[in-house]
Amino acid sequence: MEPTLKFFSGFAPNDLWFMGEAALRTLWISVLSISLGTVLGTLFGWMLYEGRRAAALTLAPVLDVFRSVPLIIQLVLFYNFAPIMGLNLDPFASGTVILTVYTAALVANVARGGIEAVGAPIRRAARSLGMSYWRDLRHVVLPIGGRAVFPSWVGVALGVMKDSALVSVLGYVELLKASQILITRTQEPFLILALAGAFYFALSYPVSRYATHLENRWAQ
Amino acid sequence: MISIRDLHKYFGALHVLKGIDLDVQKGEVLSVIGASGSGKSTLLYCINGLEMIQDGAVTVDGTDVHAKGTDINKLRQKLGMVFQQWNSFPHLTALENVALAPRIVKCKSKAEAREIAAKQLQHVGLGEKLNVYPSALSGGQQQRLAIARALAMEPEYMLFDEATSALDPELVGEVLDTMRLLADEGMTMICVTHEMGFARDVSDRVAFFHQGVMEEIGPPAQIFGDARSEHTRKFLANVR
Repeated sequence: MEPTLKFFSGFAPNDLWFMGEAALRTLWISVLSISLGTVLGTLFGWMLYEGRRAAALTLAPVLDVFRSVPLIIQLVLFYNFAPIMGLNLDPFASGTVILTVYTAALVANVARGGIEAVGAPIRRAARSLGMSYWRDLRHVVLPIGGRAVFPSWVGVALGVMKDSALVSVLGYVELLKASQILITRTQEPFLILALAGAFYFALSYPVSRYATHLENRWAQ
Repeated sequence: MISIRDLHKYFGALHVLKGIDLDVQKGEVLSVIGASGSGKSTLLYCINGLEMIQDGAVTVDGTDVHAKGTDINKLRQKLGMVFQQWNSFPHLTALENVALAPRIVKCKSKAEAREIAAKQLQHVGLGEKLNVYPSALSGGQQQRLAIARALAMEPEYMLFDEATSALDPELVGEVLDTMRLLADEGMTMICVTHEMGFARDVSDRVAFFHQGVMEEIGPPAQIFGDARSEHTRKFLANVR
């Protein structure tokens, strides 16, 4: 009798490792994009605040595009058009670039809100003590405004972490892509998607708990 | 010495200060009184360069405040300012509020800055509140905190912009007492105030502002007892 070709095989403990590694890749691309995006977004937020009319006419529409066009479209477009511009980026690099810009676009408005939250009188008081514009920004506006908009920022960060799943369309093997691979092999979508969900939860939950802890400490 | 020459200030089309001439000597306490909108607060803002001026000059110890090359941040260290709203930094304790500027502006060590801060908080009677956050302080205590914060920069002049106007009546006294204390110690002070008792008892001179003009300036006895200007007399009759 002819040997049967076996296409599918059951979920093995090894596969959990495979998913764990993929979860680390999700974590890595998220941490990288959120960090870079936050720095860039804070800079954009400051430009929106200080630039007023000029920024409203130039920077704001660009950021609006990145905020409004679905991330998956941005990823596919960038990944496929980058080589035409002479940039040969792998899926990870393309994903990081787009997630960073996307995060920056979201953080820009959060950061501008933070600066506005500080208010002119307190900044005048800081300047009256001899602080330069930059010292006021660093030692007064950043900590006070940062705390005011911290919950919004956490929302953006958690959102971006989940949205990083979309980088799977470029072939980067993060958590969602790994799950798809396993589903194809094991034909056990329910188990594997539940596991993937648990991994995402395990990544997000500590962040949101720690954020709550910080907010409570600041509220004192 | 602070000297102001033919100072003009506009907010858009609004002519807020219409040619002010004023000298304040070292050690002098000057109270500035007048109705709201008479330009008295704006005068203070022009003295430490928080507001630009359109004409005239303000010099502090010979340095032109509004000249291009002036290091305004250095100059402001000489000019402590206390605002109507106390504007404490909410994320810092009382001690850190006061220690911040000495540390980052004067580049003092952390320990040294804290020492200065503790001394100044003691000075204004907040020695017990070093590690308390501003949210747990009363308005009067926050205003004294603001005074300590300004004093920590070791200013040579103190500018008070209606320091007691935003306070509940029962808290005004403690802030005025602190201001009296400074006056007794010989601090040069310009106090924009609605506290006529303070102006009469503590000041060396009182200036009355009316619609952007300094109508009258003189010793308290003259302003309160024998004002020359009709506007001054009317104003004082109304506030009393």
